[in-house]
Amino acid sequence: MKKLATYGIKPHDAAMKADGKQWSLMEKLLLGLTLDQYIGQVIRNKFNWLLAFIFAIGIPVIIYRFIFSLGSVTHASYDYPWGLFLGFGLFCMVPLSASGFMLGTTVEIFGRHDFEPIERLALLNGLLGYFFAVVYLLVDLGQPWRLSYPMVYSFGPAAVLFLVGWHVATYLSVQVAEVSTAFFEWIGFQRGYDFIRKGTVGLTVSGIILSTLHQGALGALFLYAPGKVHPLWYSSAFQWLHFFTSSIPAGLSMVICVSTIVVYTMKWRCDERFINSLDRITISLAKGAAMGLSTYLIIKLIAVAHDNEWAYLATGWGQWWLLEIVGFVFIPLLILSYAIRNKLVGLCRVGAFMTVAGILLNRLNTALITFNWKLYQEIPHQWEIIISITIFAIYIATYRFILNRLPILYQFKSQSDK
Amino acid sequence: MSKITRRKFLAGSAAGGAAMMLAPSKNALAAGSFEGFPDGMGVLVDLTRCVGCRTCEAACNTEQKLPEPAKPFDDYSVFDELHHGQKRRPTDKAYTVVNRYEPEGADEPLYRKIQCNHCNEPACLTSCFVNAYTKTPEGAVIYNAKVCVGCRNCMIACPFHIPGYTYNSVLNPVIKKCIFCYDTRLKEGKPPACVESCPQQVMTFGKRKDLMKIANDRIKKNPGQYVNHIYGEKEVGGTGWFYISNAPFEQAGFDIDLPKKPIIDNVKDFLAIVPMVLTIWPALFTGFHLLATKGKSHGHGDDHSAEQEDH
Repeated sequence: MKKLATYGIKPHDAAMKADGKQWSLMEKLLLGLTLDQYIGQVIRNKFNWLLAFIFAIGIPVIIYRFIFSLGSVTHASYDYPWGLFLGFGLFCMVPLSASGFMLGTTVEIFGRHDFEPIERLALLNGLLGYFFAVVYLLVDLGQPWRLSYPMVYSFGPAAVLFLVGWHVATYLSVQVAEVSTAFFEWIGFQRGYDFIRKGTVGLTVSGIILSTLHQGALGALFLYAPGKVHPLWYSSAFQWLHFFTSSIPAGLSMVICVSTIVVYTMKWRCDERFINSLDRITISLAKGAAMGLSTYLIIKLIAVAHDNEWAYLATGWGQWWLLEIVGFVFIPLLILSYAIRNKLVGLCRVGAFMTVAGILLNRLNTALITFNWKLYQEIPHQWEIIISITIFAIYIATYRFILNRLPILYQFKSQSDK
Repeated sequence: MSKITRRKFLAGSAAGGAAMMLAPSKNALAAGSFEGFPDGMGVLVDLTRCVGCRTCEAACNTEQKLPEPAKPFDDYSVFDELHHGQKRRPTDKAYTVVNRYEPEGADEPLYRKIQCNHCNEPACLTSCFVNAYTKTPEGAVIYNAKVCVGCRNCMIACPFHIPGYTYNSVLNPVIKKCIFCYDTRLKEGKPPACVESCPQQVMTFGKRKDLMKIANDRIKKNPGQYVNHIYGEKEVGGTGWFYISNAPFEQAGFDIDLPKKPIIDNVKDFLAIVPMVLTIWPALFTGFHLLATKGKSHGHGDDHSAEQEDH
């Protein structure tokens, strides 16, 4: 795209062409390029080659899983019934997607319209994260075609997973509605856009409710396994709070990370408003993340005190816990605070990447690494790892496909603006 | 599988919606006082009598029509098997296994039979989001494969590492575990196959409350022969199958750190906040919205015409 820009070619970003004609859907999909230009830029991009390589290996493995059963691509462990698909796919993707409700609340509920340039990116990040968490879930479930059973056929309402299922399903629809405004603009369906905009506050508030509960519920799922999760990662009273509060810095940091990647690799698609406000917004988001991190850190320490688990800190697991808490919560907190004080955008980004890494570590620790700490350590099957990477690559490809087209990083020039 | 009619479907959806709002807290409260069915059956397992002959494993295999094992039931080398450093555990092909332990300072090894303990308030049941598990009034914890989605949360929740899963089935993977021979025996008041087959009378079948008296008597009348503990009397809220032993339970591979209360009790703190969030949050955040935007232009989110200012 950079190369094309030097020839003076501009991507599609308005309802009308320069000569006043409507864009056709095909032209929109090709970003306003000709087919040759489009294919040319796809092939020139090295990242596409990497994706193609991953898909070439991974997609056959996914098909293999559905033909030859879950047992053929995992270790089929009775002791570790949840492997990487849920440990990474569900428990990591969901907190990193808390961005949607965080920014939705900021802009729509608190009326902070100065965050608008990043709002849609945060909403999209939320939608895709949840959607792909469900994709991971579908690969992991024994009988994925029965996914709707807890909704329509057989109810176990006292189970935490029942709540997670209902809330993720409802919240996914809420997020589709929230992101659909960008889609309606893009296809030029003004009435749909107006209809959704009217319900924005309602949608956002239901987003907050659902997020509070299911982010917490993911933590509460581990409350069923008191002897299996290591006591330092287990807290009957605070588990849901740990998962909920940590999802706040996780979601905000994820937006910082994604916007950083986007502004370096897809600058052609960002408009002036996005690029010019990004530094200011990054620092503001970092402030939110730092506040979230400090709250999380304190509740983590309270939980250890509450169950009087200080003695565990002297063990090997305790060292590992300290590494997570000091290295990936306390240090990012220091970095973010320093960066905010001195308005260092780059350092904010470093802190955000570390925060995201810390959340990944925490969720993997709870679900896999310290799980069954009295038994043995499960190392995921190589094909399980390949499938997880492949689904993540599909996630990135979808993310980029949408960012390239819909008015997420740029403002759509509608007919009326002319 | 029963056919879902349109009416059933609609009623179900409505009930589900209502259930989501109300049921978690209600069920959690109801569950708190549940201590098992009064006439529920159980089995007392006396570890001092077991000689490790594996007859019970064979009986279970026949009764439940399980596949032939890799090693025959008279092959005692299975006691030396270690998987990931662990002794054998029940799987989808063997609902019960016997393991050998060497307690400190004992001349003879100790054998322990492992199977589903049929908890009074089972963690598998309370963690299941499609209600596939049932605790029957007879005392068995049974499973309905027709509604199981395959999330395997019950395997996470079971404190005794019991449920197995048929991972290698493509179209119909299900949970496999001991069901107290419910369909074929317990329903008719008969003891399960393993109990009946035992040549040593290790296991005593009867009403749980009667068995508890027998266990206490046995400990009292034979001083020094048993440790003074009935494993399963209080553990995770009480189990239908429970054990007495001459060696400390931790030396026979039992997890002695299990809570005395049912597993679901750990989750109640969280379940209690669910109705609060559902009822308080809408008013709270709509209120915030009104407070935060009062007096400002209600320009909605995508109103891009106004120049942004730094707040």
